[in-house]
Amino acid sequence: MTQTFSSTGRDTYVGSARSRVDGPAKVTGLAKYAGEFAAADLAHGYVVSSAIASGRITSIDTSAAEAVPGVVKVITHENRERTAWRDKNYQDAVAPPGSPFRALYDNKIHFSGQPVALVVAEDFETARYAATLVSVSYKAETPLTDPAQAREFGYVPPVKRSGIKPPPKPWGDAEGAYEGSAIKLRQDYRLAIEHHNPMEPHASTVVYEGDGKYTVYDKIQGVSNSHDYITAVFGLKKDDVRVLNPYLGGGFGLGLRPQYQLFLAMLAARDLERSVRVVLTRDQMWSLSYRPDALQTVSLGADEDGTLRSLRHDALGGTSRYEDYQEVVVNWSGVLYKCDNVALTYKLAQLDTATPSDMRAPGATTGVFAIEIAMDELAYETGIDPVTLRLRNFSNTDATADGKPFGSKELKSCFTQGAERFGWDRRDPTPRSMREGRELVGWGMATGVWESMMMQSSAQAILTADGKLEVGNSTGDLGTGTYTILTQIAADTLGLTMEDVTTKLGDTRLPEAPVAGGSWTAASSGTAVMKACRNVGEQVFRMARQMENSPLANVEFDRVAFTNGRMEVAGNSSRSVSLVEALKAAGVEKVEATETAGPDKDFNDAYEAYTHSAVFVEVKVDEDLGQVRVTRVVSAIAAGKILNLKTARSQILGGVVMGIGSALEEESMMDHRIGRFMNHNLGEYHVPVNADVYDIDVIFVEEEDKANALGVKGLGEIGIVGTAAAISNAVFHATGKRVRNLPITVDKLL
Amino acid sequence: MATASGSARPATTFDITLTINGETRKIAVAPWTTLLDLLRERLDLTGTKKGCDHGQCGACTVLVDGMRVNSCLVLAVMKDGAEITTVEGLAGLAHQKGTNTLHPIQEAFVEHDAFQCGYCTPGQLCSSVGLMNEGHAKSRDEIREAMSGNICRCGAYTNIVDAIQDVMQEAGR
Repeated sequence: MTQTFSSTGRDTYVGSARSRVDGPAKVTGLAKYAGEFAAADLAHGYVVSSAIASGRITSIDTSAAEAVPGVVKVITHENRERTAWRDKNYQDAVAPPGSPFRALYDNKIHFSGQPVALVVAEDFETARYAATLVSVSYKAETPLTDPAQAREFGYVPPVKRSGIKPPPKPWGDAEGAYEGSAIKLRQDYRLAIEHHNPMEPHASTVVYEGDGKYTVYDKIQGVSNSHDYITAVFGLKKDDVRVLNPYLGGGFGLGLRPQYQLFLAMLAARDLERSVRVVLTRDQMWSLSYRPDALQTVSLGADEDGTLRSLRHDALGGTSRYEDYQEVVVNWSGVLYKCDNVALTYKLAQLDTATPSDMRAPGATTGVFAIEIAMDELAYETGIDPVTLRLRNFSNTDATADGKPFGSKELKSCFTQGAERFGWDRRDPTPRSMREGRELVGWGMATGVWESMMMQSSAQAILTADGKLEVGNSTGDLGTGTYTILTQIAADTLGLTMEDVTTKLGDTRLPEAPVAGGSWTAASSGTAVMKACRNVGEQVFRMARQMENSPLANVEFDRVAFTNGRMEVAGNSSRSVSLVEALKAAGVEKVEATETAGPDKDFNDAYEAYTHSAVFVEVKVDEDLGQVRVTRVVSAIAAGKILNLKTARSQILGGVVMGIGSALEEESMMDHRIGRFMNHNLGEYHVPVNADVYDIDVIFVEEEDKANALGVKGLGEIGIVGTAAAISNAVFHATGKRVRNLPITVDKLL
Repeated sequence: MATASGSARPATTFDITLTINGETRKIAVAPWTTLLDLLRERLDLTGTKKGCDHGQCGACTVLVDGMRVNSCLVLAVMKDGAEITTVEGLAGLAHQKGTNTLHPIQEAFVEHDAFQCGYCTPGQLCSSVGLMNEGHAKSRDEIREAMSGNICRCGAYTNIVDAIQDVMQEAGR
């Protein structure tokens, strides 16, 4: 299949630019999110949060809160209903190894902001007010929250997290080769703790249906995960719980695991046999999870022509005391660059915080930022252009996977097309060589990389006698465009218009699909929907062939094209039957199919699959104030087949904007004396606003990939990877100051 | 009304009149209820979003007498007699009541893909209409600056500016 990058003159919906099918619902306010579903006799829960980070509750007095008229109940560890006691019941589908946090389980405090009580009242304001009257006494212990202090306790996680590759065994002699290299660079890098901060605070509405049955609206990136968590924790039967979440107000990884507001809302609803909603406040969002800080050291040994002789990348990441959260931080260095002597290590340090979690391009955002600044430093050390240096050390096989070839890797096209669009050849590499008024101008670049994955997913397709098609599964659309691309795929597969197709997601009554994450949803759910539609098509084709004097008699299925609502013999449009006619002739109301798609084992045995990017950035730095503006970004992406140019571009824009935040603004500041994030609000934790974002140009280079039938690789993460490094490199070019400790705030430039 | 020293739940409610999306309603409201919570929890107008409840994110932006306002920072009782437009009423500003078409800014947001998750979108839309009512922002830079009270964590900013410029140009013709 050839790729079409034109938004006009299409033959198929797939590959063209299409507006979101959920757009009208979202611009009219009709799209409902988890905390917005109504229920009769709904009670409101408000969380009381721990004031200490480590220690235990010595007493908790709820009498004043309970005395407030309108308060239904105050639930604490002392009066909660019993739930499962085994850890495995609390381990959700993406839990790292360990013993998951249990809200209100006992008097122990594991992190600051941990829920210690839930106040349930007739209305929100009463619950909020009564929560201030809950009096908690603690015996506090000194928390350890600084990874630098915890470094000496660093350890290699004894149990690997499912789906996360540990660093490969070292090859060659990295240390020896480093010592013998003409050029040696060894530096430390650090990325601040970041919080996901989706715009929709975490919320769960549990509707009690009577008779021990619950309908749950939960903010989650895949409802099956919440469903299975609830049934395991509360000992409920599969059919007693239905979980829905048609829309998600942003996830970025924070919605992968069921969070404590779901547990609390269920706990209260079970206890009270009543519908309960729990919505977290913005500051409570800081108590859920975060992108961990990582202490990194990158050592590069090279010849004077820039050829890498030694590459070492060591990282120590923070985790909680109860789970070993793991992400892939250092492997990327070995994936991106060819080198004969490589050592990559990754350790954890336990902290008195909640367990960190995946946040957009988990690990890659962290690790690639370090290696890509290091490569820029090597470019300056050797006097070689940063793009040329990367081409000189270009990897054609994946050394971290025993030298397996890449299924596809059009990174060179990203360099070429990105550089051309940006005007990179006009760059004078000398720092401080460009100026506009009082602003220094700098140009920098970096590479991005992310794994291309596919997960087992099921999907259904139902064609009804009116010619309308419904497809769907249980995964979530975080704003990624899943509704739209599935609609495109389904319409193309059965030759219908997009208006004829309705996509339903986020309902456990639909076929099971995993959480939406890791950039795997387009490949996984997309392929499953395509297969289900093909199955429906084949059934309808058989009906058509059995029609009296069928124009399709004696035609094999593989010779039939689905187009304009009809099945026609390829190359002979006069021989055709409409889908509606076929159903009518067979006397059926609907034709349905459920299919499952999964990773292609043969492909995965033979190839490694990644998406790549080249990011080119212009910054302007106020010399007197140290203020940095990212005035121009060109992000050239190689990610296989692009299903929808409009929503795909938006995915990259979003990643780039979050990368700008990471580079210049985002930093959750921990007061290590009390183990508490101090700037837990959107006024003090800065994320990019409109005035921070200038021109962003997205290029999708052509790339053919065969990991799945669609040729799609996924786009959710790749936009952020490398962006922060490119910005830091541009800041060096502008100012001559190398910042290895993000974010690049004014104090680091003055 | 009750005070914080006793059983502190406000026993008193106040009768206020609000015209919301063209419909005049008499509402008995407790003094501690924000305009945002009134809309979302009492009137089932959940199109207006709560993102921070502190006036820091703009998700709750509505139009009060044509001006954009963070509805989380406004107590409902303070707005007795005001005319409120929420995202659910935007189309009604541009068209005859009862027609199902969208406001031009809503159409432009869809066309320019000026949102992803959609949660900040109602606030962005109301803020855009407020901005155009104000009439100060003309250039791209001015629009960017004047839309910076509305955070979009999905990062649709450039598309939001495109959408607003599109509508402003259309209106200027």
